[in-house]
Amino acid sequence: MLPFSFEYERPKSFQEAVTRFQQADQSGKEPMYISGATEFLTLGRINQVYTEAAIDVKGIPEGKVIQFDQGYLVLGANLTLTELEEANVFPLLTSTSKQIADHTARGKITLGGNICGQIFYREAVLPLLLADSQMVMVGPEGVKVKPINEIFYERLLLQKGEFLIQVATDTRYLHAPFISIKRRQQWDTGYPLITIAALKIDRKVRVAISGLCPFPFRSNEMEDALNNLEGSPQEKIQNALASIPSPILDDVEGSSEYRLFVLQNLLLDVYEALKFGERE
Amino acid sequence: MKLHTIQLKINDEQQTVTVRSGDTLLYTIRKQLGLTGAKPGCLNGDCGACTIHVDGWPMKSCLMMAVEGEGKQITTIEGLKDTPIQQAFVQHFAFQCGYCTPGFIMNGHSLLQKKPDADDSTIKEWLESNICRCTSYSEIEKAIKFALEKNKSS
Ligand SMILES: Cc1cc2nc3c(=O)[nH]c(=O)nc-3n(C[C@H](O)[C@H](O)[C@H](O)COP(=O)(O)OP(=O)(O)OC[C@H]3O[C@@H](n4cnc5c(N)ncnc54)[C@H](O)[C@@H]3O)c2cc1C
Ligand code: FES
Ligand code: FES
Repeated sequence: MLPFSFEYERPKSFQEAVTRFQQADQSGKEPMYISGATEFLTLGRINQVYTEAAIDVKGIPEGKVIQFDQGYLVLGANLTLTELEEANVFPLLTSTSKQIADHTARGKITLGGNICGQIFYREAVLPLLLADSQMVMVGPEGVKVKPINEIFYERLLLQKGEFLIQVATDTRYLHAPFISIKRRQQWDTGYPLITIAALKIDRKVRVAISGLCPFPFRSNEMEDALNNLEGSPQEKIQNALASIPSPILDDVEGSSEYRLFVLQNLLLDVYEALKFGERE
Repeated sequence: MKLHTIQLKINDEQQTVTVRSGDTLLYTIRKQLGLTGAKPGCLNGDCGACTIHVDGWPMKSCLMMAVEGEGKQITTIEGLKDTPIQQAFVQHFAFQCGYCTPGFIMNGHSLLQKKPDADDSTIKEWLESNICRCTSYSEIEKAIKFALEKNKSS
């Protein structure tokens, strides 16, 4: 039950959604797009989200596609994490998103909702950062396509009235060797202490991390340190840790020292699986 | 107050209800339709006590607004009649206070339908969506495995 009153609309096309957003905005209704609506409900009930116009985009057909097109895998942003798992077209994405929340909740949480949510973790972003995916957004200026590493900085940098409709990934990344590990404080479901996803392509290992900072990230400096051909794996890991962005989370889930300790071990696991910084 | 008069198909019956946009499906089925089998627990998507089916898949009804339910096939525990999973829960004493039981049964029933060949890791993955404060979970797991086996041999 949400404590505030709002208009609920379910447009059938993205053009209609954008128009509805603009109209509601002009009337001062602080509109927001929603898709799975799970964060809307859970944060809304504790007054951390407010709108007078919720525009539900999950019925828009372009947001539901799973298709291969000109060397790209195109995934609709309104697909639920369960739909992505069942299709299993991008194994690294499946393996990472399969660890989000729990099986039943994943039947409602959407890819777009996870990427654009307010919570820190947004673990489904990690594989997309590693695979240089293209983000397809729609808004008042029409359709926009941008590489994720240009438009995702701590969060997806959407303009007012824009929403994510699709994500396109070059198929050469789909079957590259990868590893995805989630460490929680306890239990096997829910939010991570730290999640790491890594992928090896063109003899280099890429890593993206969630739960260390208040945003998911991929760092070129960390990757350069890990892929350096000189030094032991431990030395490379120490050098990589020196390039971590700040701040490091320090909360009841884990102190910043503990998080760094867990990360070091995770990077060793990545080394075991993908052997970064070695001549082949 | 933004009200919507909507049609919900619940347990094979068409129901007309007037809801606020922000009413959860859990609230609507319990307070307006008198279907009190789905239980309110955390109201935050964590416990699974409110699990129902939407188009045959398990769904936490506290994570869904009633307005999102239009055009969907919704099933609550009241819509299951003497199914193998219900029989197995009774046979294996898979409950104590019973508060979590409708949620577990709805999840288990969907598992039987969607993944009749579920292996141990799939069973665990699905069952982790629900929390029980009384049993040791082993009775619940036994009941689910028994129903899966019975399903295979029938
Ligand atoms: C029980 C539970 C456990 C969870 N565990 C985890 C976890 O382990 N890891 C994790 O990463 N997350 C976890 N989450 C958080 C969840 O992934 C996010 O809250 C996510 O935002 C929910 O997606 P949704 O589709 O329901 O989003 P919604 O509630 O629909 O929207 C969330 C936000 O995203 C925006 N948005 C939605 N779709 C779009 C779009 N297409 N374009 C632009 N903006 C959009 C909305 O405006 C809103 O601000 C959990 C959530 C629950 C309920
Ligand atoms: S009441 Fe819905 S998951 Fe707890
Ligand atoms: S039987 Fe009491 S909560 Fe499960």
